[in-house]
Amino acid sequence: MTPRRRRIVLVVGILAGVSIAGALALRAFQENVMFFFDPTQVAAGEAPTGERFRLGGMVRPGTVERRSGSLDMNFVVTDFKRDVPVRYSGVVPDLFRENQGVVAHGRLGADGVFVADEILAKHDENYMPPEVARAIKDKHGGVMPVDPGKAVDPPSPGAVPLNLKLNP
Amino acid sequence: MDWTWFHRLASPPYIYRLAATLTPWFAWPAGLLIAAGLYGGLVLAPPDYQQGDGFRIIYVHAPSAWLSLMIYSVMATAAAVGLIWRMKVAHAAAASCAGIGAWFTVVSLVTGMLWGKPMWGTYWVWDPRLTAQLILLFLYLGYMGLRSGIEDTARADRASAVLAIVGVVNIPIIRFSVEWWNSIHQAPSVMKMDRPSMPAEMLIPLLTMMVGFTLYFAAIMLVRLRAEILRRERSASWAREVVAS
Repeated sequence: MTPRRRRIVLVVGILAGVSIAGALALRAFQENVMFFFDPTQVAAGEAPTGERFRLGGMVRPGTVERRSGSLDMNFVVTDFKRDVPVRYSGVVPDLFRENQGVVAHGRLGADGVFVADEILAKHDENYMPPEVARAIKDKHGGVMPVDPGKAVDPPSPGAVPLNLKLNP
Repeated sequence: MDWTWFHRLASPPYIYRLAATLTPWFAWPAGLLIAAGLYGGLVLAPPDYQQGDGFRIIYVHAPSAWLSLMIYSVMATAAAVGLIWRMKVAHAAAASCAGIGAWFTVVSLVTGMLWGKPMWGTYWVWDPRLTAQLILLFLYLGYMGLRSGIEDTARADRASAVLAIVGVVNIPIIRFSVEWWNSIHQAPSVMKMDRPSMPAEMLIPLLTMMVGFTLYFAAIMLVRLRAEILRRERSASWAREVVAS
Protein backbone atom coordinates (compact mmCIF):
# COMPACT_ATOMS: atom_id res chain seq x y z
CA MET A 1 0.00 0.00 0.00
CA THR A 2 1.44 3.33 -1.04
CA PRO A 3 1.49 6.11 1.58
CA ARG A 4 -1.10 8.03 -0.40
CA ARG A 5 -3.48 5.07 -0.50
CA ARG A 6 -2.96 4.63 3.23
CA ARG A 7 -4.00 8.25 3.75
CA ILE A 8 -7.11 7.74 1.59
CA VAL A 9 -8.05 4.75 3.72
CA LEU A 10 -7.41 6.83 6.82
CA VAL A 11 -9.71 9.66 5.68
CA VAL A 12 -12.47 7.26 4.59
CA GLY A 13 -12.05 5.38 7.87
CA ILE A 14 -12.41 8.57 9.94
CA LEU A 15 -15.54 9.51 7.99
CA ALA A 16 -17.10 6.05 8.31
CA GLY A 17 -16.28 5.80 12.02
CA VAL A 18 -17.64 9.21 12.91
CA SER A 19 -20.77 8.66 10.80
CA ILE A 20 -21.53 5.36 12.52
CA ALA A 21 -20.87 6.86 15.96
CA GLY A 22 -23.09 9.83 15.11
CA ALA A 23 -25.90 7.66 13.80
CA LEU A 24 -25.82 5.42 16.88
CA ALA A 25 -25.76 8.41 19.25
CA LEU A 26 -28.70 10.05 17.48
CA ARG A 27 -30.66 6.78 17.56
CA ALA A 28 -30.00 6.38 21.26
CA PHE A 29 -31.13 9.94 21.98
CA GLN A 30 -34.04 9.82 19.51
CA GLU A 31 -36.48 10.87 22.22
CA ASN A 32 -34.37 13.86 23.27
CA VAL A 33 -33.66 14.99 19.72
CA MET A 34 -37.37 15.00 18.92
CA PHE A 35 -38.50 18.58 19.44
CA PHE A 36 -42.16 17.65 19.91
CA PHE A 37 -44.52 14.68 19.88
CA ASP A 38 -47.62 14.51 17.73
CA PRO A 39 -51.01 13.35 19.09
CA THR A 40 -50.54 9.85 17.62
CA GLN A 41 -47.23 9.47 19.47
CA VAL A 42 -48.90 10.70 22.66
CA ALA A 43 -51.73 8.18 22.22
CA ALA A 44 -49.19 5.42 21.60
CA GLY A 45 -47.44 6.27 24.87
CA GLU A 46 -44.20 7.38 23.18
CA ALA A 47 -44.23 10.82 24.81
CA PRO A 48 -42.86 11.17 28.37
CA THR A 49 -46.34 11.89 29.76
CA GLY A 50 -45.12 11.87 33.37
CA GLU A 51 -43.11 15.05 32.83
CA ARG A 52 -43.17 18.21 30.76
CA PHE A 53 -42.97 17.66 27.03
CA ARG A 54 -43.86 19.42 23.80
CA LEU A 55 -47.00 18.58 21.87
CA GLY A 56 -47.07 19.48 18.19
CA GLY A 57 -49.69 19.34 15.47
CA MET A 58 -52.30 21.43 13.74
CA VAL A 59 -54.88 23.64 15.44
CA ARG A 60 -58.15 21.92 14.56
CA PRO A 61 -60.46 24.49 12.87
CA GLY A 62 -63.42 25.62 14.93
CA THR A 63 -61.96 24.49 18.25
CA VAL A 64 -60.31 27.73 19.41
CA GLU A 65 -62.30 29.15 22.33
CA ARG A 66 -61.30 32.28 24.19
CA ARG A 67 -63.02 33.65 27.25
CA SER A 68 -63.46 37.40 26.92
CA GLY A 69 -61.70 39.50 29.52
CA SER A 70 -58.92 36.99 30.09
CA LEU A 71 -56.06 35.31 28.25
CA ASP A 72 -57.45 31.82 28.89
CA MET A 73 -58.05 29.73 25.82
CA ASN A 74 -58.82 26.19 24.75
CA PHE A 75 -58.13 24.51 21.44
CA VAL A 76 -57.54 21.06 20.01
CA VAL A 77 -54.23 19.92 18.54
CA THR A 78 -54.64 17.29 15.85
CA ASP A 79 -52.53 15.31 13.41
CA PHE A 80 -55.77 14.30 11.63
CA LYS A 81 -55.56 10.86 13.24
CA ARG A 82 -55.72 11.71 16.94
CA ASP A 83 -56.74 14.81 18.88
CA VAL A 84 -55.42 16.28 22.12
CA PRO A 85 -57.32 19.13 23.83
CA VAL A 86 -55.07 21.95 25.07
CA ARG A 87 -55.62 24.60 27.74
CA TYR A 88 -53.44 27.71 27.74
CA SER A 89 -53.35 31.13 29.32
CA GLY A 90 -51.21 33.78 27.70
CA VAL A 91 -50.25 35.56 24.52
CA VAL A 92 -49.95 33.51 21.33
CA PRO A 93 -47.53 34.28 18.45
CA ASP A 94 -48.69 36.00 15.25
CA LEU A 95 -48.83 32.81 13.24
CA PHE A 96 -51.09 30.98 15.71
CA ARG A 97 -54.15 30.26 13.60
CA GLU A 98 -56.69 27.54 12.97
CA ASN A 99 -55.35 24.90 10.61
CA GLN A 100 -51.78 26.04 11.32
CA GLY A 101 -48.94 24.18 12.97
CA VAL A 102 -48.48 24.73 16.69
CA VAL A 103 -46.08 23.47 19.37
CA ALA A 104 -47.34 23.57 22.97
CA HIS A 105 -44.99 23.03 25.93
CA GLY A 106 -46.54 21.72 29.11
CA ARG A 107 -47.91 18.73 30.92
CA LEU A 108 -50.62 16.19 30.13
CA GLY A 109 -53.21 16.18 32.91
CA ALA A 110 -55.00 13.13 34.29
CA ASP A 111 -58.19 14.32 32.55
CA GLY A 112 -56.44 14.05 29.17
CA VAL A 113 -56.18 17.82 28.73
CA PHE A 114 -52.73 19.15 27.90
CA VAL A 115 -52.04 22.20 30.06
CA ALA A 116 -49.58 24.39 28.15
CA ASP A 117 -47.49 27.24 29.54
CA GLU A 118 -45.81 28.11 26.24
CA ILE A 119 -47.25 28.19 22.73
CA LEU A 120 -45.06 28.39 19.63
CA ALA A 121 -46.36 28.60 16.08
CA LYS A 122 -44.87 26.32 13.47
CA HIS A 123 -44.83 27.71 9.99
CA ASP A 124 -45.02 25.47 6.93
CA GLU A 125 -42.74 25.77 3.93
CA ASN A 126 -45.38 27.34 1.66
CA TYR A 127 -45.08 30.96 0.68
CA MET A 128 -47.63 32.80 -1.42
CA PRO A 129 -48.88 36.32 -1.97
CA PRO A 130 -52.27 37.18 -0.45
CA GLU A 131 -55.39 37.32 -2.58
CA VAL A 132 -55.57 41.05 -1.87
CA ALA A 133 -52.15 41.53 -3.39
CA ARG A 134 -53.37 39.77 -6.52
CA ALA A 135 -56.39 42.10 -6.74
CA ILE A 136 -54.16 45.15 -6.37
CA LYS A 137 -51.85 43.74 -9.00
CA ASP A 138 -54.76 43.42 -11.43
CA LYS A 139 -55.77 47.01 -10.70
CA HIS A 140 -52.24 48.19 -11.51
CA GLY A 141 -52.31 46.51 -14.89
CA GLY A 142 -50.53 43.31 -13.89
CA VAL A 143 -47.58 45.10 -12.25
CA MET A 144 -46.95 45.15 -8.52
CA PRO A 145 -46.76 48.69 -7.10
CA VAL A 146 -43.36 49.83 -5.82
CA ASP A 147 -44.32 49.39 -2.18
CA PRO A 148 -46.65 46.39 -2.05
CA GLY A 149 -46.48 46.26 1.74
CA LYS A 150 -48.22 49.61 2.03
CA ALA A 151 -50.48 48.98 -0.93
CA VAL A 152 -52.06 45.95 0.76
CA ASP A 153 -54.86 47.90 2.41
CA PRO A 154 -57.18 46.86 3.91
CA PRO A 155 -55.32 43.83 5.31
CA SER A 156 -56.39 40.43 4.10
CA PRO A 157 -58.81 38.58 6.40
CA GLY A 158 -56.01 36.20 7.38
CA ALA A 159 -53.93 39.08 8.73
CA VAL A 160 -56.53 40.07 11.35
CA PRO A 161 -55.12 39.15 14.78
CA LEU A 162 -56.79 36.09 16.19
CA ASN A 163 -58.02 37.68 19.42
CA LEU A 164 -59.86 40.36 17.41
CA LYS A 165 -61.51 37.72 15.33
CA LEU A 166 -62.61 35.52 18.20
CA ASN A 167 -63.53 37.97 20.91
CA PRO A 168 -67.21 38.85 20.66
CA MET B 1 -4.70 10.26 -18.23
CA ASP B 2 -2.79 13.52 -18.19
CA TRP B 3 -2.42 14.80 -14.63
CA THR B 4 -0.37 17.97 -15.38
CA TRP B 5 -3.38 20.21 -14.68
CA PHE B 6 -3.77 18.64 -11.26
CA HIS B 7 -0.08 19.03 -10.45
CA ARG B 8 -0.15 22.64 -11.59
CA LEU B 9 -2.93 23.27 -9.06
CA ALA B 10 -0.39 22.34 -6.38
CA SER B 11 1.94 25.18 -7.38
CA PRO B 12 1.47 28.21 -5.05
CA PRO B 13 2.60 30.90 -7.55
CA TYR B 14 0.33 29.43 -10.25
CA ILE B 15 -2.68 29.42 -7.91
CA TYR B 16 -1.78 32.89 -6.64
CA ARG B 17 -1.91 34.31 -10.18
CA LEU B 18 -4.97 32.24 -11.16
CA ALA B 19 -6.85 33.52 -8.10
CA ALA B 20 -5.96 37.12 -8.98
CA THR B 21 -7.24 36.64 -12.54
CA LEU B 22 -10.48 34.93 -11.46
CA THR B 23 -11.49 37.24 -8.58
CA PRO B 24 -13.14 40.03 -10.68
CA TRP B 25 -15.00 37.40 -12.72
CA PHE B 26 -16.75 36.33 -9.52
CA ALA B 27 -16.91 39.67 -7.72
CA TRP B 28 -18.70 41.71 -10.39
CA PRO B 29 -21.48 39.21 -11.15
CA ALA B 30 -21.86 38.69 -7.38
CA GLY B 31 -22.43 42.41 -6.80
CA LEU B 32 -24.88 42.69 -9.69
CA LEU B 33 -26.85 39.56 -8.72
CA ILE B 34 -27.08 40.55 -5.04
CA ALA B 35 -28.29 44.05 -6.00
CA ALA B 36 -30.86 42.57 -8.40
CA GLY B 37 -31.92 39.91 -5.89
CA LEU B 38 -32.35 42.47 -3.11
CA TYR B 39 -34.46 44.68 -5.35
CA GLY B 40 -36.52 41.70 -6.50
CA GLY B 41 -36.92 40.31 -2.98
CA LEU B 42 -37.49 43.49 -1.01
CA VAL B 43 -39.39 45.56 -3.58
CA LEU B 44 -40.84 43.48 -6.40
CA ALA B 45 -41.87 40.28 -4.61
CA PRO B 46 -45.37 40.31 -3.06
CA PRO B 47 -45.77 39.95 0.71
CA ASP B 48 -46.58 36.50 2.01
CA TYR B 49 -50.25 35.75 2.72
CA GLN B 50 -49.51 34.91 6.36
CA GLN B 51 -46.19 36.48 7.30
CA GLY B 52 -46.69 39.75 5.43
CA ASP B 53 -43.41 41.52 4.81
CA GLY B 54 -41.71 39.52 7.55
CA PHE B 55 -41.04 36.69 5.14
CA ARG B 56 -38.53 38.86 3.24
CA ILE B 57 -35.78 37.97 5.68
CA ILE B 58 -35.64 34.68 3.74
CA TYR B 59 -33.69 36.54 1.04
CA VAL B 60 -30.76 36.82 3.43
CA HIS B 61 -31.45 33.87 5.73
CA ALA B 62 -31.78 31.03 3.21
CA PRO B 63 -28.74 31.98 1.06
CA SER B 64 -26.62 32.38 4.22
CA ALA B 65 -27.74 29.02 5.58
CA TRP B 66 -27.12 27.36 2.21
CA LEU B 67 -23.63 28.88 2.04
CA SER B 68 -22.79 27.91 5.62
CA LEU B 69 -23.30 24.26 4.60
CA MET B 70 -21.70 24.56 1.16
CA ILE B 71 -18.59 26.35 2.47
CA TYR B 72 -18.09 23.67 5.12
CA SER B 73 -18.31 20.96 2.44
CA VAL B 74 -15.77 22.84 0.29
CA MET B 75 -13.51 23.31 3.32
CA ALA B 76 -13.66 19.63 4.32
CA THR B 77 -13.05 18.50 0.72
CA ALA B 78 -10.04 20.81 0.40
CA ALA B 79 -8.74 19.60 3.76
CA ALA B 80 -9.10 15.94 2.66
CA VAL B 81 -7.30 16.66 -0.63
CA GLY B 82 -4.56 18.39 1.32
CA LEU B 83 -4.28 15.46 3.71
CA ILE B 84 -4.27 12.74 1.05
CA TRP B 85 -2.11 14.36 -1.64
CA ARG B 86 0.01 16.46 0.77
CA MET B 87 -1.07 19.51 -1.19
CA LYS B 88 -0.27 22.72 0.71
CA VAL B 89 -2.41 24.87 -1.57
CA ALA B 90 -5.45 22.74 -0.68
CA HIS B 91 -4.78 23.29 3.03
CA ALA B 92 -4.46 27.01 2.32
CA ALA B 93 -7.83 26.89 0.50
CA ALA B 94 -9.48 25.11 3.45
CA ALA B 95 -8.04 27.66 5.87
CA SER B 96 -9.33 30.58 3.81
CA CYS B 97 -12.88 29.10 3.78
CA ALA B 98 -13.34 28.88 7.55
CA GLY B 99 -13.78 32.54 8.45
CA ILE B 100 -16.26 33.17 5.65
CA GLY B 101 -18.27 30.08 6.54
CA ALA B 102 -18.37 31.06 10.21
CA TRP B 103 -19.76 34.49 9.35
CA PHE B 104 -22.46 33.08 7.09
CA THR B 105 -23.40 30.68 9.89
CA VAL B 106 -23.72 33.65 12.27
CA VAL B 107 -25.86 35.52 9.73
CA SER B 108 -28.15 32.50 9.27
CA LEU B 109 -28.54 32.10 13.05
CA VAL B 110 -29.17 35.79 13.74
CA THR B 111 -31.64 36.30 10.87
CA GLY B 112 -33.40 33.10 11.91
CA MET B 113 -33.74 34.35 15.48
CA LEU B 114 -35.08 37.73 14.34
CA TRP B 115 -37.67 35.92 12.22
CA GLY B 116 -38.43 33.35 14.92
CA LYS B 117 -39.48 35.87 17.57
CA PRO B 118 -42.53 37.27 15.73
CA MET B 119 -43.41 34.09 13.79
CA TRP B 120 -42.76 31.22 16.20
CA GLY B 121 -42.98 33.28 19.35
CA THR B 122 -39.39 32.70 20.47
CA TYR B 123 -35.86 33.69 19.49
CA TRP B 124 -34.39 30.33 20.25
CA VAL B 125 -35.42 26.77 21.12
CA TRP B 126 -33.22 23.69 21.42
CA ASP B 127 -34.65 22.21 18.27
CA PRO B 128 -32.65 19.66 16.17
CA ARG B 129 -32.21 22.02 13.22
CA LEU B 130 -31.27 25.04 15.32
CA THR B 131 -28.94 23.08 17.57
CA ALA B 132 -27.15 21.39 14.65
CA GLN B 133 -26.61 24.78 13.01
CA LEU B 134 -25.14 26.13 16.25
CA ILE B 135 -22.79 23.10 16.34
CA LEU B 136 -21.72 24.04 12.80
CA LEU B 137 -20.67 27.47 14.11
CA PHE B 138 -18.66 25.79 16.87
CA LEU B 139 -17.01 23.50 14.30
CA TYR B 140 -15.90 26.52 12.29
CA LEU B 141 -14.66 28.29 15.44
CA GLY B 142 -12.92 25.11 16.62
CA TYR B 143 -11.24 24.71 13.24
CA MET B 144 -9.97 28.29 13.33
CA GLY B 145 -8.94 28.02 16.96
CA LEU B 146 -7.03 24.81 16.34
CA ARG B 147 -5.20 26.35 13.39
CA SER B 148 -4.17 29.44 15.30
CA GLY B 149 -3.18 27.34 18.31
CA ILE B 150 -0.51 25.35 16.45
CA GLU B 151 2.52 27.35 15.41
CA ASP B 152 3.95 24.92 12.85
CA THR B 153 1.88 25.36 9.66
CA ALA B 154 2.28 21.76 8.45
CA ARG B 155 1.10 20.36 11.80
CA ALA B 156 -1.75 22.88 11.98
CA ASP B 157 -2.79 21.79 8.46
CA ARG B 158 -2.95 18.12 9.38
CA ALA B 159 -4.68 18.53 12.74
CA SER B 160 -7.29 21.00 11.47
CA ALA B 161 -7.92 18.84 8.37
CA VAL B 162 -8.89 15.89 10.58
CA LEU B 163 -11.27 18.14 12.54
CA ALA B 164 -12.82 19.46 9.33
CA ILE B 165 -13.36 15.91 8.03
CA VAL B 166 -14.86 14.71 11.32
CA GLY B 167 -17.26 17.66 11.37
CA VAL B 168 -18.61 16.91 7.92
CA VAL B 169 -21.08 14.39 9.43
CA ASN B 170 -22.96 17.41 10.80
CA ILE B 171 -23.82 18.62 7.27
CA PRO B 172 -26.39 15.91 6.39
CA ILE B 173 -27.70 16.14 9.96
CA ILE B 174 -28.48 19.83 9.45
CA ARG B 175 -29.95 19.27 5.99
CA PHE B 176 -32.21 16.36 6.95
CA SER B 177 -32.96 17.31 10.58
CA VAL B 178 -36.36 18.70 9.63
CA GLU B 179 -37.26 15.43 7.90
CA TRP B 180 -35.80 12.91 10.35
CA TRP B 181 -37.24 14.47 13.50
CA ASN B 182 -40.15 16.64 14.49
CA SER B 183 -38.73 20.13 14.30
CA ILE B 184 -40.15 23.61 14.68
CA HIS B 185 -38.23 24.65 11.59
CA GLN B 186 -40.19 24.29 8.36
CA ALA B 187 -39.16 21.83 5.65
CA PRO B 188 -37.12 23.21 2.73
CA SER B 189 -39.08 25.37 0.27
CA VAL B 190 -36.56 25.34 -2.56
CA MET B 191 -33.75 22.81 -2.01
CA LYS B 192 -35.86 19.70 -2.49
CA MET B 193 -36.71 17.19 -5.19
CA ASP B 194 -40.27 18.45 -5.57
CA ARG B 195 -41.17 21.74 -7.21
CA PRO B 196 -40.51 24.80 -5.00
CA SER B 197 -43.24 25.82 -2.52
CA MET B 198 -43.33 29.43 -3.62
CA PRO B 199 -44.47 31.33 -6.71
CA ALA B 200 -41.97 32.53 -9.32
CA GLU B 201 -42.10 36.17 -8.24
CA MET B 202 -40.81 35.16 -4.80
CA LEU B 203 -38.57 32.34 -6.00
CA ILE B 204 -36.59 34.12 -8.73
CA PRO B 205 -35.15 36.79 -6.37
CA LEU B 206 -34.30 34.03 -3.89
CA LEU B 207 -32.42 31.98 -6.47
CA THR B 208 -30.71 35.19 -7.68
CA MET B 209 -29.55 35.89 -4.12
CA MET B 210 -28.32 32.29 -3.71
CA VAL B 211 -26.20 32.47 -6.87
CA GLY B 212 -25.02 35.98 -5.92
CA PHE B 213 -24.00 34.90 -2.40
CA THR B 214 -22.18 31.85 -3.81
CA LEU B 215 -20.20 33.99 -6.27
CA TYR B 216 -19.47 36.48 -3.47
CA PHE B 217 -18.06 33.62 -1.42
CA ALA B 218 -15.90 32.52 -4.37
CA ALA B 219 -14.51 36.05 -4.82
CA ILE B 220 -13.77 36.64 -1.11
CA MET B 221 -12.33 33.15 -0.75
CA LEU B 222 -9.89 33.77 -3.64
CA VAL B 223 -8.74 37.07 -2.07
CA ARG B 224 -8.18 35.31 1.26
CA LEU B 225 -6.47 32.40 -0.49
CA ARG B 226 -3.94 34.77 -2.05
CA ALA B 227 -3.20 36.32 1.33
CA GLU B 228 -2.84 32.86 2.88
CA ILE B 229 -0.50 31.68 0.10
CA LEU B 230 1.65 34.80 0.46
CA ARG B 231 1.86 34.27 4.21
CA ARG B 232 2.97 30.67 3.75
CA GLU B 233 5.43 31.42 0.95
CA ARG B 234 6.84 34.56 2.55
CA SER B 235 10.40 33.24 2.32
CA ALA B 236 10.08 32.15 -1.34
CA SER B 237 11.64 34.42 -3.93
CA TRP B 238 8.47 34.70 -6.07
CA ALA B 239 6.45 35.87 -3.08
CA ARG B 240 9.05 38.53 -2.23
CA GLU B 241 8.91 39.76 -5.79
CA VAL B 242 5.09 39.99 -5.59
CA VAL B 243 5.23 41.94 -2.34
CA ALA B 244 8.02 44.24 -3.59
CA SER B 245 6.28 45.12 -6.84
